[in-house]
Formats: sequence, structure tokens, C-alpha cells
Amino acid sequence: MKTLARKEPKITKKLIRDHGLTDGEHQKIIHLLKREPTFTELGIFSVMWSEHCSYKSSKVHLRKFPTKSEIVVQGPGENAGAIDIGDGLAAVFKMESHNHPSFIEPYQGAATGVGGILRDIFTMGARPVALLNSLRFGPLQLAKNRYLFEGVISGIADYGNCMGVPTVGGEIYFSECYNLNPLVNVFCLGILKKDAIFKGNASGIGNSVIYVGSKTGRDGIHGVTMASEEFGDGSEEKKPNVQVGDPFTEKLLLEACLEAMKKGLIVGIQDMGGAGLTSSSSEMAGRAGTGIEIDTSFVPTREEGMMPYEIMLSESQERMLIVAEKDKEREIFNTFKKWDLDAVKIGRVTGDCKLRIKHGKKIFAEIPVEALTEEAPVYERPIERPKTQDEINFLDINQLSIPDNLNDALIKLLSSPTIANKAWVYEQYDHMVRTNTILIPGSDAAVIRIKGTSKAIAITSDCNSRYCYLDPYKGGVIAVAEAARNLVCSGAKPLAITDCLNFGNPEKPEIMWQFEQSVKGISDACLALNTPVISGNVSFYNDTKGMSIYPTPVIGMVGLILSAEQYISQYFKDNGDIIVLLGENKEELGGSEYLKVMYDIEKGNPPEIDLNLEVKIHRTLLDANKLGLIKSAHDCSEGGLTVTLSESCISNKDRKIGAVIDLNEKMRTDALLFGETQSRIIITASSAKIDSLKNVFEGYKIPYTLIGKVSGERLIINNNGSKLIDISIDNLNNVWRDSIRNMMNKT
Amino acid sequence: MKFGILVFPGSNCDHDCYHVVRHVLNCEAEFVWHKEKELRGFDVIIIPGGFSYGDYLRTGAIAKFSPVMKAVKKFARNGGLIIGICNGFQILLEAGLLPGAVLRNKSLKFICKDIFIRVENNNTPFTNQCNDNKVLKLPIAHAEGSYFADPDTLSSLIKNQQIIFRYSDKSGNITDSANPNGSIENIAGICNKEGNILGMMPHPERCAEAILGNEDGKLIFKSIINFVKVL
Repeated sequence: MKTLARKEPKITKKLIRDHGLTDGEHQKIIHLLKREPTFTELGIFSVMWSEHCSYKSSKVHLRKFPTKSEIVVQGPGENAGAIDIGDGLAAVFKMESHNHPSFIEPYQGAATGVGGILRDIFTMGARPVALLNSLRFGPLQLAKNRYLFEGVISGIADYGNCMGVPTVGGEIYFSECYNLNPLVNVFCLGILKKDAIFKGNASGIGNSVIYVGSKTGRDGIHGVTMASEEFGDGSEEKKPNVQVGDPFTEKLLLEACLEAMKKGLIVGIQDMGGAGLTSSSSEMAGRAGTGIEIDTSFVPTREEGMMPYEIMLSESQERMLIVAEKDKEREIFNTFKKWDLDAVKIGRVTGDCKLRIKHGKKIFAEIPVEALTEEAPVYERPIERPKTQDEINFLDINQLSIPDNLNDALIKLLSSPTIANKAWVYEQYDHMVRTNTILIPGSDAAVIRIKGTSKAIAITSDCNSRYCYLDPYKGGVIAVAEAARNLVCSGAKPLAITDCLNFGNPEKPEIMWQFEQSVKGISDACLALNTPVISGNVSFYNDTKGMSIYPTPVIGMVGLILSAEQYISQYFKDNGDIIVLLGENKEELGGSEYLKVMYDIEKGNPPEIDLNLEVKIHRTLLDANKLGLIKSAHDCSEGGLTVTLSESCISNKDRKIGAVIDLNEKMRTDALLFGETQSRIIITASSAKIDSLKNVFEGYKIPYTLIGKVSGERLIINNNGSKLIDISIDNLNNVWRDSIRNMMNKT
Repeated sequence: MKFGILVFPGSNCDHDCYHVVRHVLNCEAEFVWHKEKELRGFDVIIIPGGFSYGDYLRTGAIAKFSPVMKAVKKFARNGGLIIGICNGFQILLEAGLLPGAVLRNKSLKFICKDIFIRVENNNTPFTNQCNDNKVLKLPIAHAEGSYFADPDTLSSLIKNQQIIFRYSDKSGNITDSANPNGSIENIAGICNKEGNILGMMPHPERCAEAILGNEDGKLIFKSIINFVKVL
């Protein structure tokens, strides 16, 4: 037996505080155990009751999410959610945050984020087939932000590339509110047979509990506790709390787990992510209504003399916990040995519903499982609309003069990093491995075909956090609506979402107001669009030195294309094609990228949204596409109509093409060109098919306008006969394509 | 005819190669675990891309010690066809089956994108279905693909027509701006003197189907099939 380095310390008030537990929570622990906890038990409670694991501040709100539809196979509560995609297959997906670790150590923080989300997917028995990420940084003008950006991108790239899972899409925004708190949200999707989903269940009393994967080290202890508090000046000192990723071991773990599952050797399985061995063992027992007994002296360790406390709390990466029948043990060991991985029996499933941690003969913890998984405190935190909200929402655009040269405004917008081309990023990601990527990064959504079927899946992630800051309810609605619109623009019917809710400190009533409003907005939009929430993650305490990020509820949405070849890309195809605007132009500038880039103003009200119209437009476009009438589709988002048109002209680098647009609108020209009115899509159709297309539109009674033609080598936009924009495609392309690359090469 | 596809710990284009051979070209295909000591019944061996052993040392530096590599050498000596793609190319270089080495990309970053290569020699088992100087569009996906050889090696490669592909622009011009990784002489793929072993950085298996928008990679596989069938 491995010897221990030292004795357990005494429980003191300071020790309890250092574990992030309040006096009330300490009292509750005593009540549940009917005694003072041991040091190991205190550690276990502190991670299981942390915000990150227990959702204690968010639970009451998350219950409002719609989580069911006819296609939901697995809703929230497991390692990931799953939906039925026909052909006997299910798609499993989830999104998770790795914000705090990525700020402290961008490369490893981001890399282990990818590792964690991959494990969540293959734990379910699915082979991961696509990764996406949703990232937020401070402006690239600051060297620190370039360092974080560069580190996060290479961390994501190195992990995903080595795993052989393509990173097919995502989104990146830049804003001052992320200067001291970047966001790294990672999404993974896997495919498996619908009747072969594995769950994190420790069922079958007497079954063996087997540890597989990397050895346990002292890294990442209290990672989840760190993720559950604000950062101050000394946050860099928390580097030891960040884990180190080893994608090669994870690749072996993936292949070995899938092989063991295929052979029918596994009863239940869960990855050791946040809170490591503690959360995997107690959650598996909790779901099955059993107990688990572990002898930590059997756990493979990287260092000598590790205490049970450290072993239970370590967040070393690339580890899984498996429950298996006794007679399958041998075959499991052999399977993992083939892949050169440790596989060790460390305990057994018991009937007493307790988590018992022994080291040799000595017992270090004995906790009723329910106390950890069901009895964690639930808080109805106070909610208050910020006093500054009215002032933030006040905007008199009549005070702002319209720029003389609107071409220059367009150039400025196209070169702003939030809008500019992201090839510098996605060319570092292997986005083609597995040979499913039909639509590579840079369109409205990523599209991957499902081998062995005629289908394809479209995936997108969306959130405009400026809208959420100005109006968290509307921002939540728009995040969902825009995600759905992006899928529809790719030819896919939206099916379900996962979310990653990034907010500030929930102990502040203003933050809880943002949270509550956003959740309400997301729920309402999901109901209207019939896209239930099937998995997700909450990341609170995104504050550094008292400054909170803008509320950033990121939506990851998945949709289905029945015939893969009917996918739609965003760029214009041929000279002479007719350009049609679905939806209507309105004079809305509040919260726009235009106001931020041109005037440094982040005020006003975000654009209005009518979910009934949104749904109708989606149906129209999908129907028209089924009839083969659509050649391209691109939704209007940041930068409005003109940026959308520009991107459709230039985003296919092998086939750049111009457009001539004639509008007849009465409103401020800058609002017309750059306002971000919702529910608008730019589509093209060949002139031969335009009459059939009009019939579809008339049938649905949706607003639409024929606004121009694909032609030439310039983008020209006229309104009521006067020329607003006239600029060469090459010029647009140059500023848009190389903006980020140029900023990053400066250093 | 039958393809063997080697699987090292960390190989990750093995499934893609299998898919193309089996489901696109309708040939037989079988995975070969790296601990196998014999290669029997195969006409062609593919060493696929990926990160064998994580590429934590030099790329391919550990994989060359796998038991299967002895069998690969024997297979090569007997005139069997071998194609190493990306990491497979790196392994062939480390194993000494092809001359030269690859260095980190000039940009020091991983690069995944479509590039163009010009076929420099179409009189090989791997390129016989390509016209002379045919330009192919293929994707690359690597961090270490900058091919390097000393002057003597280079001149013998040139003399023996062992340079099979060069990075070019769309029209087949060999230029600096068309060179994605800093490879010497824009080299994207070479073969051995005997002509039965090809190593290339671009991925033909990633562009062999219409649904993926590009079928140029199919020409490489068709050439191999044609060569073996004519034999």
C-alpha cells in the first residue's frame, strides 16, 4: 500500500472559508453527517457544492427551460444530451466553458477545455465528429489580449488536431468587457446508434469500479472552486489549479473506451472532469441509487504520498471511471492494455448509498451520496434591475451625424476583428479530418455529412453579448433566433440547443437579474422555434477586480439536412442571379456594431424581434430550398445589410463576385446600411426560377423585396436613386480577409 | 486488390483512408495494428496521417520503432507499393525509407487549407492517371511539413525524377507564394529510387468525393489501382 505523506489537518473556520463554503453551508454539512466532517469530506463537499458542480444559484431558473420534444432522446442531467436524427442514429452534443483556466494559462486552459468536452461525448458511447468553439477576448490592440488569443487558439488547435476530431466552426467576438476575463466555450457533437447510449450509472451492487486512463497527479486540485469565485490581483498565482492536457493519451482513451463499449464490457461510465474522482463516483452512484466504496491506495498516481484528499480532488486530465460486472474485469484490463493505458480496479458498488473513501484499511470519508448530489444548497438569489439600465438604454441617434463617406464606414466595419475573416484562426484547426466537412468554416453554419446516410448536420453557435447587456431578455431571444436563422441559411431544420451561460458574480442582484432575464428569453425563443435545451453549462463569477463581463449566454444549435447535397452556402454564385431580401428593413441602430466601431457607443435598445415572423421566414426558406430554388443564403447580423452583402460577395476566395443593389427606403442611410434589424436573410436565385420563388413567398405571406443582381466586380448600393456605396470587390476583400492576420503579425 | 492501412497509437486519418478505399473505390481494405509483424496478402500499404505517439518527440520518430515497420521494410524490398500521407510521410522519412526530413512550417503554425500541387512525374504507380504537369487541388493539414534535404540528396532526387509533386499556384507556376510551409524547391511529395514508395504531405483521401466539393485526390488512388491491375 502506498504510504501517505502527512496527517489530515483539523477543521477550522479558516479552513472552511478557504474551501469556499459559508457558515450556513458548514452547518448544513454537520446536519447531514450528524458530525463535523473530516478534512477529506470537507474537500469533497466543497467541490460538489461549488457553483460549478451544484448549479446552486442557477437551478431554480434553469428549470424553466423547455427540454422536451419528439426527437429528444436524452435531456439535461447526463454527460451530454442526445437527439434522434433518424436512420437509427442519435446526435449527442454539449457545450462547456473553460474561462477561468484559459485566462490564467491560455494554452493549457483552452486545450483541457477541448479534452473535457470530448470526454463528455465519448462517455456516452458516441464517436466525436465535430468540435466548435465560441470565444470572447478583449480588443487585439492590447498585447495581453493578443497573447491570450494566440494561446487559446493554439491550445484548441493542438488538442483537437491531435485527436483527429475536426474543429468545424464557431464564433469570435472582441470587446473591452472581456479584457480581464476572456471566454472559452467549447462544443462537441458525436454520433452513435440510438439504442447504444451509455450512461453514468453505478448500478449493480457488487459490480467493480475501475479507473482507466492517465495517472492522478496534484494538478487541478480545486479547479472547480476556482471557477466559482471572482478573480482579484493574485489570480496568476492560481496557475497550479490549471490542468495540463495530453491529447495523445485522450486519443488512446477514446479508442479504448469505444472498443470496450462495443464489446459490451461496460455497465456505466463517466469522465473525471471538474471535481475529478469525487464527482464521477458520487454522481454515478446518485443516478443509480447505490453507493460506491473506493480504496484510494489503488489509484495510479503520478507522485508519491498523495493524500486521499488530493486523489479525490485532483483534476488530472484524460481519466474515466467505469462500472463493470466482475466477470468482465479481465477483458476490460486487456482492452486498455492494448492501448497502453492504466486500468485498475479501485472499488465496488455497494448497497448502502454511501460514498466511502478508504486508503488501505483506514476510512477517510463516509458520506451519504444524496448529501452530495441532491442536498447541495439551492439559492434563490436576490434579483434587481440595475439602476443604470435606463441610462444605458437611452440613445438619441439624431445627435449623431451620418458620415459623409459611407464606403469608409463599410471598410472600417469589415476590418473590425469581430466582423473580419477568421481564416487566421480556423486554418490552424484541422477542420477537414474525418472527411465529413461539406461546408468549411466561414459560412453561417458548419455542415457535416453523416456517413452511411443521405443526411447532413448543421451546427452553429451564437450570442451577441452587447444586446444581452442592453436587454438581457431580448438578447437571449435573439441569440436563439439567430442560431436558428444560421442553420436555416445552411438548409437545415433547427432541432435542439445546448447552452453555455457566462455571467458575472451571482451574489450581485444585478447579475442575477441579467441571468433570469436571459434564461427567460432563451426559453421563450426555444418554445417558439421548437428547439428544446438538451444540455448545457453555467459559468458564473466571470468578474475580475469587480468588473463583470457582459452577460453572454452562448447558444449552440444543431439542425438536420435530409439530403446532404441540399446544403446552402452564403456566397453569391453566378452573374445575373437575383438578390432577394427576406424580411424588412427598419431604422434600428441601438447596440449595433456600427455605433461601436464608428462612435464607440454601446447604448440604446437592441433591435426588435418578432418570433412569429422569424418562424415563418425559416419555413419559407426551407421549403423554397427543398424545391431547389435557392443558390445562396446569408443572414443579416453584425454590420447589417451591407456587411452581409459584402460577405456574400467575397467569402468564397476562389470566386469573388460583385452586386448591384437598388433600395427604396425612407430612413437614415446609415441605419439602412448598417442597422441590425432581425429576421432578415439575403438570398439569391437564378432569374429563371424567380417566379417559382415568388410563389413560395406569397404562399407564406412573408415580406420580401427583390433588391438587385449579382454582377460585375463592385458592390454598388443605391437608395432612391442616389449612390450610397460603390467600392471594388478586391478592396473589400483585402481589408476583410487579412485584418486579423495583420494585427497578429505585428508583434 | 487489397489495401492494408496501418494503425499506430495516434493515427487519425486511418478511417478516412479506409472509407475512400472501401466505399468510394470499392477495393478491399483492412486495418493493420502497429504491433503486427507480418504483412500478408496486401497489394498496397497506406501509412495514414495523424499524430503517431502524439508526435511529442519529432514527428514519426517513435512510430519507426513499431514492430510493423520491419514488415513494411520487407514489403518494400519485395516491391510492394507503399504510400505515406502526412504523418505517414514523416514516418517514412524517419524510418529511412525516403530521403530527407521535414521541419516545422515556416509560419510555425499548423496549417489546414486547400493548396495546389503540380504533378512533376506522371510515370509512377501513384500518378499514372494524371496528365504531365497536371495541377491538383488538395488540402494540407500539418505543423511540420517543410521538406528539407541536403544539396547532394536534392540533386539526386532531381536527377532520378523522384520529386513527384511541387506546390504551385492554380495555373501550375512554382512560386514562393504558392509554397505553404517553406519546403525546399516547393517539394510536396517524393518517391524512393525504385519508385514503389511515395510520401506526400497533402491529403488525397480528403478530396475524393463529389459531396466534399473536390475529387482531385481520387486520381492518386485510381493510379495505384490501375498500376496494380496492369501488373
